[in-house]
Amino acid sequence: MNELIRKSAAELVELLGSKQVSSVEVTKAHLDRITEVNPTIHSYLHVTDEAALSVAADIDRRRAAGESLSPLAGLPIAVKDNLTTTDAPTTAGSKILEGWVPQYDATVVRRLREQGMPILGKTNLDEFAMGSSTEFSAYGPSKNPWDIERIPGGSGGGSSSAVAAFTAPLAIGSDTGGSIRFPAAVTGTVGHKPTYGAVSRYGLIALASSLDQIGPVSRSVLDAALLQDVIAGHDPHDSTSLPESLGSMADAARRASVAGKRIGVIKQLTGAGFQPGVQARFDESLALLAKAGAEIVEVDCPSFEYAIAAYYLILPAEASSNLAKFDSVRFGLRITPEGNPTIERVMAATREAGFGPEVKRRIILGTYALSSGYYDAYYGSAQKVRTLIQRDLAAAFEKADVLVSPTAPTTAFKFGEKLEDPLAMYLNDIATIPANLAGIPGMAIPNGLADEDGLPSGIQLLAPAREDARLYEVAAALEALHEGVWGKRMMDFAPELKVGA
Amino acid sequence: MAKAELMNYEKALEQFEVVIGLEVHVELNTNTKMFCGCRNDFGDEPNTNVCPICIGLPGSLPAVNKRAVESSIAIGLALGCSIAPTGRFARKNYFYPDLAKNFQTSQYDEPIAFEGSLDVEVPSGKVFTVGIERAHMEEDAGKLTHIGGNTGRIHGAEYSLVDYNRAGVPLVEIVTKPVLGAGAEAPELAAAYVRSIREIVKALGVSDARMERGNVRCDANVSLRPHGQEKLGTRTETKNVNSLRSIERAVRYEIQRQAHILANGGTITQETRHWHEDKGATSAGRPKSDADDYRYFPEPDLVPVQPSHELIESIRATLPENPADRRKRLQAEWAFADLEFRDVVNAGLLDQIEETVAAGAKPQAARKWWTGEIARLANTEDKEIEALSVSAADVAELAQLVESGKINDRIGREVLAAVLAGEGTPSAIVAAKGLEVVSDDGALLAAIDEALAAQPDVIEAIREGRMQAAGAVIGAVMKAMKGQADAARVRELLVQRASE
Repeated sequence: MNELIRKSAAELVELLGSKQVSSVEVTKAHLDRITEVNPTIHSYLHVTDEAALSVAADIDRRRAAGESLSPLAGLPIAVKDNLTTTDAPTTAGSKILEGWVPQYDATVVRRLREQGMPILGKTNLDEFAMGSSTEFSAYGPSKNPWDIERIPGGSGGGSSSAVAAFTAPLAIGSDTGGSIRFPAAVTGTVGHKPTYGAVSRYGLIALASSLDQIGPVSRSVLDAALLQDVIAGHDPHDSTSLPESLGSMADAARRASVAGKRIGVIKQLTGAGFQPGVQARFDESLALLAKAGAEIVEVDCPSFEYAIAAYYLILPAEASSNLAKFDSVRFGLRITPEGNPTIERVMAATREAGFGPEVKRRIILGTYALSSGYYDAYYGSAQKVRTLIQRDLAAAFEKADVLVSPTAPTTAFKFGEKLEDPLAMYLNDIATIPANLAGIPGMAIPNGLADEDGLPSGIQLLAPAREDARLYEVAAALEALHEGVWGKRMMDFAPELKVGA
Repeated sequence: MAKAELMNYEKALEQFEVVIGLEVHVELNTNTKMFCGCRNDFGDEPNTNVCPICIGLPGSLPAVNKRAVESSIAIGLALGCSIAPTGRFARKNYFYPDLAKNFQTSQYDEPIAFEGSLDVEVPSGKVFTVGIERAHMEEDAGKLTHIGGNTGRIHGAEYSLVDYNRAGVPLVEIVTKPVLGAGAEAPELAAAYVRSIREIVKALGVSDARMERGNVRCDANVSLRPHGQEKLGTRTETKNVNSLRSIERAVRYEIQRQAHILANGGTITQETRHWHEDKGATSAGRPKSDADDYRYFPEPDLVPVQPSHELIESIRATLPENPADRRKRLQAEWAFADLEFRDVVNAGLLDQIEETVAAGAKPQAARKWWTGEIARLANTEDKEIEALSVSAADVAELAQLVESGKINDRIGREVLAAVLAGEGTPSAIVAAKGLEVVSDDGALLAAIDEALAAQPDVIEAIREGRMQAAGAVIGAVMKAMKGQADAARVRELLVQRASE
């Protein structure tokens, strides 16, 4: 294994900037690793090796010529396959988009290209980001590098497993109810869902527009910060994108401070329902934070009880409308049935063949929730719960600067374990969903291994909207406290990946 | 299509009260589309003014056209509406291949403008106040062309073509409250209302307002109820009636059709209907019920539109004169008799006459040309006057040519026909064809002498004071001059000759 792939993004940026390594070397090292492990882990749906090497060579040439380059120039990255790319197919994990090459780049992709970051490939996801395990990807699941019998989290299991398997130093994820944070928790990596509107959604194939947010996936808090600084910022193409800058996340991560901060433990997100080993690591982290000078307080968010119910009305409602465009008329799959192929029958046959079971389930749920006569009871009530959750959080942030909980109730489960039980699957997101409903930032960082199974557990930190920097500052401090106790990085605990056997 | 049985119009009105409601879609003339940067130019080569947003590619997002919002506010203010300080867009969900996203981004329960009214004058001179319920912003769909089959409709077509140039074109939909009390004049009121909306949006400069191009489209709702009944009857919605004349005819037709059904104990089906100009009849479209389920919900991809008080007031300050005030002013300026002016208004020719007068014509001459020969030609060709290729400047020029005696009325009509045929401006046509009247007395006298030689009795008759005999000679002279003579001058010369 080339040692370059175990470096953090921050370290690689140093090495590239001081010309100790070339972008081609770094990119090639990761592409070699992809060749080696992707057949086993299946993080990538498409590998764009030629394009990546060409960008890398161009950056190396420009650096040699003394040009002034962007901060992350030459650093390779993986992109979730629900962001449009003009040079690679974009499937969103669905058969209905198989082979579709978009006519335009997502704003985030454009920003990566402007930085001169070679894009290694497109990562796997549950179809249209609907799922917690990648088992709903039409192209087969990704594996958890800690144990390939287990799920890498979802929907962004492609990005989390890529970073955890060292096939990319950084990746782009998207988070509608935990799709960045849950995969981070179960793969021992870092994932941040920024404040709603901090990163442009233009070019992100929408799941639920009012909940979706693009964010960084990495192996360290500073690395995530470096990436967020590159992808964030106002975009006139996304009218929900924030007009103002949220400041430098990298600066915040480098401040790494928790002394004097009030850390609020959310009563509803601890104890019963959480795996003992996950809870034990969480309690230890609270002790570490207290020892480092933070004040630990308890906060009450009673409306969180209804968060999943509200989420599974709002999300399907928006998704049912967002997914209506997949009708075979302008792009993607087209199935023409035998007999008299009217437009209605072609649309129906295409959607029947092109969408998987979870997508159909949510389209039906959402269509029902928006139907006349049911709207008030379902969509309307869900929006009220959303307001109540926002109020709970506003009250909690009166008492605490940052709220914490375990990222997920359990460590990674085995493939197939929850596939037939959608409600059990939905419960993975119990701690992550409130941040999406409220539009606030949420970060998941590694929190040590659970005693029962030796698998990674995660801790989630929440801050008020626009206070992403506060999360980076506290998370970086906790990360340093952890590494002080462990004597190494989280990923150094990971077993050597056995491939090709 | 079997033509429905109709009740005599007067009889229908004796038995029923007519209630109409009008939905007018106004296409805004912004440079770009409602939610993307594509050119708002529907007439271009199909599918050339398109982008990921207006063809609804995955991942694309809308962004609101600021100018379209300002235009919508201007329309709302001109209709006396309140402007919502905050308003969300909504998604209207339904599957149709002309609808790129399979939902239309529109406004639902939060229209940008609401609660206004418009005074509308009908041909009899009566003025009705039409309540405006709302005006909201939305995007147009693409244009479908159905190939094969013989109905031009999707059913029976072999295949259909979609032009997405129109997808995302900004529209303002103006919806009236139910309009009661127009009685027999309901059809005229419907047409006069749409004409007023056209005048307003044209005066505001926010739309090209050409009905024949679909810039202004009208859906006419009609229902009947027995006199004295409180509850409104079941309505039909006749779609896309695309000329003022059609609106009037379609409303009248629906009144007569519904009256026949109701009077015979039948019930009206709530449905959309299509107007067929050629047959002068409507036919059933799709059933439409209040339970039509478009699953409206607030558009999560757009932040609410929140026009500031300052913006609204700055738009209000630049509103042009309201059309009713303008009519009063113009009638006084032009010194038209009431009847003359009403004809002009009813023919929708105010703008043309105003422009023609501004271009140098006398008001009466401008009126005479527009309401006379031009209207006649439009009628002959079965076109709207706006569709004729004659400008106000052309008409002013024509009027001046006649006024100065360079051509006579008859030649003037000939020149007008040539202008419509695209042969150039009136002066150019007169010059090119040598149509200027012969004012050379020598040439006229020669022709008179020739005619007198052929009809020797005439000179005697004139000398005896029987002037009607002169007609034959004048006619012969005009013929010899190919019409390019001033008949009055010919008569003068003839009398002079007779007295020699």
